[in-house]
Amino acid sequence: MNFIIGILFSLVVVGIFVLIPWVGVWAFDLRYLFGIIVPYAAVATFIVGIIIRVLGWARSPSPFRIPTTAGQQKSLPWIKQNKIDNPSGTIGVIIRMALEILLFRSLFRNMSLEFRGGAKLAYEWEKWLWIAALAFHYSFLVVLLRHLRFFTEPIPAFVRWIEKLDGLFEIGIAPFAGFAAPGILISGFILIAALTYLFLRRLYISQTRYISLPADYFPLFLIIGIAATGILMRHMGVFMQFIFKVDWFSVQVVNVKELAMGLVTFNPKIPEGIGTIFFIHLFLVSTLIAYFPFSKLVHMAGIFLSPTRNLANNSRTVRHINPWDYPVHVHSYDEYEDEFREKMVEAGLPVEKMPESQTEDGSGTQEEAEKE
Amino acid sequence: MSDVPKPEELAKVDHTSPLITGWMNSPVEIKKGVACYAGKPKNLEYVGLPNPREWSPLDEDWKLPDNWKEIILDGLRERLERFRSLKIFMDICVRCGACADKCHFFIGGGDPRNMPVLRAELLRSIYRREYTTAGKIMGKFAGARDLTVDVLKEWWYYFFQCTECRRCSVFCPYGIDTAEITIIGRELLNLVGLNIDWISAPVANCYRTGNHLGIQPHAYKDMLDFFVDDIEEITGVKMEPSFNRKGAEILFITPSGDVFADPGTYTCMGYIMLFHYLQKMGLDITWSTYASEGGNFGYFTSHEMAKRLNAKMYAEAKRLGVKWILGGECGHMWRVINQYMDTFNGPADFLEEPVSPITGTKFENAKGTKMVHIIEFTADLIKHNKLKLDPSRNDNLKVTFHDSCNPARGMGLLEEPRYVIKNVCNNFYEMPENTIRELTFCCGGGAGLNAGEDMELRMRGGLPRANAVKHVHEKYGVNMLACICAIDRAVFPDLMQYWIPEVGVIGVHEMIGNALILEGEKERTTDLRSEPLHGMEEVEEAEEVKKEEKVEENKDV
Ligand code: HEM
Ligand code: SF4
Ligand code: SF4
Repeated sequence: MNFIIGILFSLVVVGIFVLIPWVGVWAFDLRYLFGIIVPYAAVATFIVGIIIRVLGWARSPSPFRIPTTAGQQKSLPWIKQNKIDNPSGTIGVIIRMALEILLFRSLFRNMSLEFRGGAKLAYEWEKWLWIAALAFHYSFLVVLLRHLRFFTEPIPAFVRWIEKLDGLFEIGIAPFAGFAAPGILISGFILIAALTYLFLRRLYISQTRYISLPADYFPLFLIIGIAATGILMRHMGVFMQFIFKVDWFSVQVVNVKELAMGLVTFNPKIPEGIGTIFFIHLFLVSTLIAYFPFSKLVHMAGIFLSPTRNLANNSRTVRHINPWDYPVHVHSYDEYEDEFREKMVEAGLPVEKMPESQTEDGSGTQEEAEKE
Repeated sequence: MSDVPKPEELAKVDHTSPLITGWMNSPVEIKKGVACYAGKPKNLEYVGLPNPREWSPLDEDWKLPDNWKEIILDGLRERLERFRSLKIFMDICVRCGACADKCHFFIGGGDPRNMPVLRAELLRSIYRREYTTAGKIMGKFAGARDLTVDVLKEWWYYFFQCTECRRCSVFCPYGIDTAEITIIGRELLNLVGLNIDWISAPVANCYRTGNHLGIQPHAYKDMLDFFVDDIEEITGVKMEPSFNRKGAEILFITPSGDVFADPGTYTCMGYIMLFHYLQKMGLDITWSTYASEGGNFGYFTSHEMAKRLNAKMYAEAKRLGVKWILGGECGHMWRVINQYMDTFNGPADFLEEPVSPITGTKFENAKGTKMVHIIEFTADLIKHNKLKLDPSRNDNLKVTFHDSCNPARGMGLLEEPRYVIKNVCNNFYEMPENTIRELTFCCGGGAGLNAGEDMELRMRGGLPRANAVKHVHEKYGVNMLACICAIDRAVFPDLMQYWIPEVGVIGVHEMIGNALILEGEKERTTDLRSEPLHGMEEVEEAEEVKKEEKVEENKDV
């Protein structure tokens, strides 16, 4: 397995996942299958899968307190503790976890090693991974939240706000006036840009290239596929119709909403006027959802349970119990003294029991000495 | 040392991984200078570890039991059920590579399997094969592979190239701790008798004699008596440490390495002097020959062995009837005490909450384990002005401080040693901030890898640390590397000798021993190493001459 095979394999699999609904809907008109059955099945798999996963983790205990301490411990009163990176109580742990989950604090520590010949090491600023990771995850979140408008009626205010903000950003930073046309949302583009960076980085850095598995390329390609089909529908539909007079990418939003509402109200139906492109998008999303619990994507849940981050460093203060603790063989003091008693007495070390010979005539050691 | 390549040679490290051949397809060559010797049967037998036999990692046949595969897989299943850490770390790594260039062995050696993530993948690939559906069906495409003898050898080779320093876990966005994976990986290997001599011999020794070096009680006392003589010669003050004394208030436990070899011995002299100094002020402390080891090489074998060896501390405290325990300068010892001891062998309800008899300070943070770090204890003394110190006696030293991995990342003991150092010497310089505190670099010989036969590995693993020392050496003229760990004191002299011969190694309590003004002491002309103090070179020379003259005179007589 090398990166070429890994990338090709993942590309082919994602390609197949694009073809399946394409052929299915376009040639065989399996709209009911791809519009209703597959999404339901995917969500069910996700829910059951995640529950099994998390319960599986939770079933194994954390026998020892093993937080990675990344700052000053709680010690003497005049020494300032680092309450976040070396928390001694619950509040500190909560803040530490919140910073990890919301801001990827540990990843922020990243720096890259520069090795100059003659054993000169330097550590360079390297926050690109952190920036791209945040950009990817937050734009993903924004895109996800924006989709709530399909699933709710009336649409909650915060979803509208997010959409507004998403659009505003565009106007604020766009280099060309034309590009800032209202209705264009930036999150999708950031999402693709960040994913592209994450992919290129994987490929470019020799170390990540070496460790990457198909399971690392696949989600990247899959999400790029989802974002690309989404952007095509959102922004290219009108464009293509207007310029080339084809309706490949156009999707009637009202109809999509009808389908989505049907799904969430358990009253599923397939409205007319939804193009094949939508079914491809939906199938890729279903794939991602179903794949989630069985892949590295469960880091979303796992991070909450990570024992090096979610435990307080208080094991010298508070007793913690290991639920599977069992008694072990130890070498007792008595066994120790039995072996070394004579020598201990000779060296003037106190003992529990005097040696036999010594208790009888009180001169055991001397006798031995005389023998020699 | 002689067969280690020259520093200029060793420093040519290539960090690029192979382009076309994936790691699962490239065979591992077990190299001399990197691999340690195999554990000896007598040592395994002594503590009842499985499959004792003569074998060598350089041989083809490792003499595994016939059902080794079953043992390993059962062992893995059992550990997945016991350790949430293992289960989660197996599942959630995204292979982002943030940890990759953070490991000193990868930095100094460039072997891609020493990237923490790949070290973990060695085990993860088997986990996937056995416990995940995708791994069972898709094999290599899902990052899974079969467990074979070669895989087992690869585990052995690379789990004994990890010093369990946890630097990788600081950078991992999910806190994945490759040290934890190594710890459990070594535990699995031990199930089929795969260990290294440098760990299994100290374990057997410690079990029997109470300390890793196998020092028997009378010899232990002898050694301390030597130090007492040396101290008397240097300071003119006679001291009397006590041993195995019932009814003492405090039990002192420290790594045996400091009793045995320079420069740790000078740290040990520092302890003796400090305790003597405090005796009149109310310190009532005893050493123990039974609990004569602070370190715990059992921890590098299995959790169970760690518990077995650690049990001595509380057992001895109970037998002697002390109120609490004071622990010496050591690295992994303190990770075990901080994160495991109470859970292993507590509750220590027969002890009392530690209170400094000198200052009255309650060590709140140790009220569960009842064990205080001597640096905490000493820092408190200095803060309360209880020690008369003359830092100028350390004026010939330009000091930098190495945070040992375990007190840094498994405890958080960062400020206390710095506070003490700044009070006992006048020239203190920090190394670059990416290489200290929680980001500290390993000495390259932790977790039982401080053997002699793996010297190349050690020199490579120690490169990042040495590089940082070199930086302050060139910039500030630093000539002394201070540490609070007995393994450091055993490992660094070789490392410094190899990379920056101008720099020596010192324990913090040796510096205290130098600075401490004892009641009734003669004017000191030398430090604890019997080297002339700053500005005393001439006096010392004169003394030497006088001594020589005396010797001559005696001869004449
Ligand atoms: C609590 C929620 C989450 C947290 C704290 C989190 C955190 C992280 C972090 C720190 C990384 C490593 C940096 C990187 O490589 O980008 C990462 C990677 C990744 N995450 Fe998340 N994540 C979360 C949820 C999700 C979700 C819901 C997805 C679903 C699509 C996801 C997909 C990914 C992917 C695909 C990568 C790998 C990127 C790469 O290949 O480099 N994450 N995550
Ligand atoms: S930093 Fe953590 S998630 Fe990233 S590769 Fe290393 S172990 Fe895996
Ligand atoms: S614990 Fe230390 S030695 Fe082991 S893989 Fe991580 S960084 Fe390397």
